[in-house]
Amino acid sequence: MTAKLRRYHAAVWDEPIVMEMGVPGRRGFHFPEAEAAVRDAIGTASDLIPSTMQRQSRPELPEMSEPDVLRHYLHLSQETLGMMGISLFGTCTMKYNPRLTENLAMDSSIADLHPDQDPDTMQGTLEILANFERMLCELSGMDHFTFQPAGGADAAYTHACVTRAYHAARGELEQRNQIITSIQAHPCNPATATAAGFEVLTLMLEDNGYPSLDALKSAVSERTAALMINNPDDMGIYNPEIKEWVRIVHEAGGLCFYDHANFNGVMSKIRARELGFDACMFMLHKTFGVSKGGGGPAVGAYGCSDELADYLPGRRIVRQGDYYTLRDGGHLSVGRVREYLGNVQQVIKAYAWTRAMGAEGIREASDISVLVNNYMEKELLKVPGLTRSHPDIEGWRIEMTRYSLGKLYEDTGVTVVDVSNRMVDYGVDAPWLSHEPWIVPQPITPEAGEMWSKEDVDYWIAVLRQVCEEAYSDPDLVRNAPHNQAVHRQGPTSLDEPENWAMTWRAYQRKRATRRR
Amino acid sequence: MPAHPRAHPFMPNSVPAIKAELMAALGIDSVDELFAQIPQDHRLDRPLELPPALTSEAALSRHMRSLLGRNRSCADNLSFLGGGCWHHYVPAVCDEIARRTEFLTPVWGTPSSDLGRNQAWFEFTSQLGELLDLELVALPVYSWGCAAGHAIRMASRLTDRRKILLPRYLDPERRAVIETYCEPAEMPSHLEIVEVNGDPETGRLSLDDLRTRLDGETAAIYFENPSYLGQIESDAAEIAALARRHGAETVVGVDPVSLGVLAPPAAYGADIVVGSIQPLGIHMYGGGGLGGFIASRDEPAYAHEYPALMVSIAETTHEEHIFSLALMHQCSYGSREAAKDWTGNSTYLYAIVAAAYMTLLGPEGFRELGSLIVQRSRYAASLLDGIDGITIRFRDGFFKEFVANFDDTGRTVAEINKTLLDRGIFGGIDLSARFPDLGQSALYCVTEVHEQQDLDRLAAALREVCTR
Repeated sequence: MTAKLRRYHAAVWDEPIVMEMGVPGRRGFHFPEAEAAVRDAIGTASDLIPSTMQRQSRPELPEMSEPDVLRHYLHLSQETLGMMGISLFGTCTMKYNPRLTENLAMDSSIADLHPDQDPDTMQGTLEILANFERMLCELSGMDHFTFQPAGGADAAYTHACVTRAYHAARGELEQRNQIITSIQAHPCNPATATAAGFEVLTLMLEDNGYPSLDALKSAVSERTAALMINNPDDMGIYNPEIKEWVRIVHEAGGLCFYDHANFNGVMSKIRARELGFDACMFMLHKTFGVSKGGGGPAVGAYGCSDELADYLPGRRIVRQGDYYTLRDGGHLSVGRVREYLGNVQQVIKAYAWTRAMGAEGIREASDISVLVNNYMEKELLKVPGLTRSHPDIEGWRIEMTRYSLGKLYEDTGVTVVDVSNRMVDYGVDAPWLSHEPWIVPQPITPEAGEMWSKEDVDYWIAVLRQVCEEAYSDPDLVRNAPHNQAVHRQGPTSLDEPENWAMTWRAYQRKRATRRR
Repeated sequence: MPAHPRAHPFMPNSVPAIKAELMAALGIDSVDELFAQIPQDHRLDRPLELPPALTSEAALSRHMRSLLGRNRSCADNLSFLGGGCWHHYVPAVCDEIARRTEFLTPVWGTPSSDLGRNQAWFEFTSQLGELLDLELVALPVYSWGCAAGHAIRMASRLTDRRKILLPRYLDPERRAVIETYCEPAEMPSHLEIVEVNGDPETGRLSLDDLRTRLDGETAAIYFENPSYLGQIESDAAEIAALARRHGAETVVGVDPVSLGVLAPPAAYGADIVVGSIQPLGIHMYGGGGLGGFIASRDEPAYAHEYPALMVSIAETTHEEHIFSLALMHQCSYGSREAAKDWTGNSTYLYAIVAAAYMTLLGPEGFRELGSLIVQRSRYAASLLDGIDGITIRFRDGFFKEFVANFDDTGRTVAEINKTLLDRGIFGGIDLSARFPDLGQSALYCVTEVHEQQDLDRLAAALREVCTR
């Protein structure tokens, strides 16, 4: 395996900040004047707005013509690597986003629908959502899904809310105020549990890569409200005792939530419900081919058993023969975690992706993601300075392996952030490191998935090897990276200090003027 | 059927020879061996049962279009639905930018490799900050309701108080989200919601009732301007002053497209401002176009309570501009259960689209847009008010929405809307179940997409429907 490294350089436009652009009087967009009959009947706008409520000064927005606006934002898009390279961003399951569905979403049959339309006028959307709900039930063994949560974290929050409602209905909420999770669960699990009002108990990992049954047993009690856990975790380790975990938590009276962030490697292999879980979550913007948008709009599809159905948020789709209608949640429903039915257009894209894949395609995608991950692991372990997390655990990992560049750092002083800054110089997107807290030093977590060809994966490996070799031979080259991007690396000034941060142009202008004085 | 299984178009490694090569590299005969970690009794013992695969894009396209053909859109009909998701015109440039692969597909890079994306985010916060007259604007959260919920929790932490005042006439969808964020009474961190009545004459917040509800326990008053029923809250400065007198925060929800003509909430004393970014160049998507913003003065006490990500301008090692996340340690990525609420994937693509929208419009565009909406909505209301049986509930001082009451027609809004639907018109949101005290009323929304002829057509249809 020898991949030739590309000669890459990011586009450099020295694009000004839009607030500095434009010329007074230029226009990018016109609205028509109100019609003569409207003006005659009604008068001017300023007659219609109470004088105390009228805007006194014009907003200081740029004044630009339409082609210049377009070119400005196109330049900014070109100054974004944006998966034009090879993105093996672990935990996020980078996928191909079929352009068919991206184009369809701009069609008025998806784009120009109002959520309060009569169900008669939304039969296409409702049918797709209802059918996709059945498909996710087949993938998980669950009985129901809601698409209202607007991301994976929102689905975790939904579970915390469902947990509240479930225990409240049984008169046990005041007593059951603890949610158990693990240090390897995504930070959104403890964060949403706390935001929903629960206390969080976090279990640490043992040498085998997951928390022990004894730790779990000592955590559960009559105060246990729920378990929120992922499996496999971000190290690619599957907890084989998970059924026993579920049994123990159920015995204590808690609910079990399966955070399926790492579903790609196990889809078609296992089903959350059959492992005993009461609820689970799929991220449609990760596993199901929906565009990520650099962080949303997203969907955390939340599935649950019949027992929890009455607690689900939002309106439910009901099928009556060939007709679909919407029914409000009953008195047990948690209400809303977000308005309306969720990011509907993203659900439609996920439905189309799943139809394009079919059962066989999904099985094959799972196989390929695990196959390629283990191939990568074999090759990456030859890279100087790199080790595998939990090196003593034998066997194949699932769809993702966490590595450490701790040795590289000890040997050269080059950090994983330096490595990341250097990798982009070769035209690959920055890799994922690790969620907080870092449980291995200088972590790096690639995930290949099924989208990237073997040639792409070989290229990515070659880049990481090259950068690690550079760290040994010329550490400053890596420490001062990037060299082939539009700008250099961020300077050392802390953005946690009020005098340094500036979240808007006007804040920046004021603070800069103060500094100059 | 082809003689051999075809490689799937989305999966370059589904070529049998490549799979064989990868397996050979690992020394395995079957991919199954790689799943040894998963005990046999955890495995699904049958293939998934899903509808047949449509691996041909042409076939999938046809299938999708046949399903979506059952939808009727606001573009192909005449819609007066609003209430928090609005039919505004989306400029073609916004759609072009929204589809750029570099913005559409990725997740996260380094500040250098994400330079353009992060700059676009900063241009979103900077331009919104100009419209709002505020220096601190975070990256968007899921929706307006979620933004309001977070802002109310911020106010509670800032004041160390737990009582929240909400207007009675508030969108039930947003209200339900806010209630979820306030947690049930059993939770130790529960926030108590107290309603403030609307004035039956004006539809605006009742100042008399507000005075009786405000006290030393009040963390915040949340109100919207324009209100859910469309009214411009002309007592806003008085409301904020009353809140301040009791040490409570004023949280205001605002429609950003109103800000070309309406005073920004900071001008009348708002402490935290929230709202929807959907009207800024984002399609409704059946409710999937929502995004919410949170903004305030740039004071450390406020900044330290934000749950959302915040992007700051900064410098590189070579004194170039770069844009990076500030105060990361206080969000849930940084500190798990110790975080301020939580964050995650949100609606960041829409931040870029909204940035392009604000640039396109500029100051004059926003002024024109606000003026046109006020004129056309008032024109529509005046037409409806002249129809037998229809009364406009609050005649003065609304922005793009108004309440039409149908009590004297002897027919329900549901019946009227069904008849309008047959004529290709989506009537206003039915308020009768949401606010029974308003009788058979509907919330009509008029924007720049409605030309005079559309409003005349609505009036003609209603005249026919209501007088039959």
